[in-house]
Amino acid sequence: MNSKYIIGSVPTVFGEIPRVDTKWNSSDIRNTMRVRWNVGRMRYTVDPGLYAVGNPDAESMVFVSANFKLSFDHLRKALHSLNAWILVLDTKGINVWCAAGKGTFGTTELISRIKICALLNIVNHRKLILPQLGAVGVSAHEVKSKTGFQVIYGPVRAEDIPAFVASGFKATPEMRRMNFPMWERIKLIPVEITYGKYYLILVPALFFILAGLGPFGYAVDDAWHNGGRSVILLFASYFAGCVLTPALLPWVPFRRFALKGLVLGWIVTSTFLAFDLLGPHILEKIAWYLMTGAISSFLAMNFTGASTYTSLSGVQKEMKTALPLQIAAAAAGLAAWIVARFL
Amino acid sequence: MKTLVYLKDVVTLKLDAEKCTGCRMCTRVCPHEVFAIAEKKAVIVRKDYCMECGACAKNCPEGAITVKSGVGCAAGIINGILKGTEPSCDCSGSGGSCC
Repeated sequence: MNSKYIIGSVPTVFGEIPRVDTKWNSSDIRNTMRVRWNVGRMRYTVDPGLYAVGNPDAESMVFVSANFKLSFDHLRKALHSLNAWILVLDTKGINVWCAAGKGTFGTTELISRIKICALLNIVNHRKLILPQLGAVGVSAHEVKSKTGFQVIYGPVRAEDIPAFVASGFKATPEMRRMNFPMWERIKLIPVEITYGKYYLILVPALFFILAGLGPFGYAVDDAWHNGGRSVILLFASYFAGCVLTPALLPWVPFRRFALKGLVLGWIVTSTFLAFDLLGPHILEKIAWYLMTGAISSFLAMNFTGASTYTSLSGVQKEMKTALPLQIAAAAAGLAAWIVARFL
Repeated sequence: MKTLVYLKDVVTLKLDAEKCTGCRMCTRVCPHEVFAIAEKKAVIVRKDYCMECGACAKNCPEGAITVKSGVGCAAGIINGILKGTEPSCDCSGSGGSCC
């Protein structure tokens, strides 16, 4: 991992502490885009430990972050014009929210990192600023009783830190609230697209092969013609589930993600029907509605994990009915489609 | 933009008003403004907005809050079913899907 973001160091009683740049260089920007496309996302890390921003001293504030570089990058960018310390926890390269849920951005790691970095000797005060979402894994009163450090939960988004500091460490309700605006949802789409992995090649290939089946044996012309149409339909339903659903989330009716996906999947399929692209036979048309509905619905349901407002109980409830139906619909749809080859 | 709300009446969040000392910590850590302070005690005001993250329970010094927390993630739940464990998004795996 290159560390072009390190620019010099700051002397302390505990040795030299690396100083980080608060601007993103071209490789930071390039890597951010790669990670958004799920390229090397699980290996995008910084070394845990203490870092300096500007020229911090023993009175400077300490901000705590995860060692997922995207989290760290957003924090250092937000600290421009400040002199501060950044304490990076070892979260195995996972962002604050997910790591806190798993407990790696947690009380135990924070306490041990404070000790490893000799924070007690580096700063005179006893205050730490944590991202609010870290509260899922960190117990503030426990950290206080074990280390003497008071945990102050800052804003949800790093970009609000300057305003938070300016107001004397008071986060407004606005800074505490987790919204899910259009742009944030769109940023998640690339990773959702990569969700299918090799199935994105395997399933279309299967349809190409099966499309050649017919009452008079195997016909290569049919494979090309019906197979091509099938692949476009499959990708369209995939697109409905993992691109349209996130983008249009608040405007699609129903609260259940599976139903939101179903609605969009069927709208897309109906567009194909309008242009008479669902095949000649009624059975094939039904088969497509079953399959595209299942695909789009399943993928939309998967977006619950990336969304910022779904609960475990809720997702379990929706899955209990949705998952069996999706599987049944996909299986019935595939069977009907194969039968339609012979009609 | 109005806040999005998920399914109704499913959340496992509970607050024991007897134990609450009104320290306000829950109002600070909740990302969905589920709590408010009334007469120097916390009250649950937007229960259906709770995403069961568990931050409030973890940071309540009196242990007055309970919630069955976990990942609200379909992929995580499927992962749990396949492995026979609690829902887990398997983030530390090798490049797999993650929350």
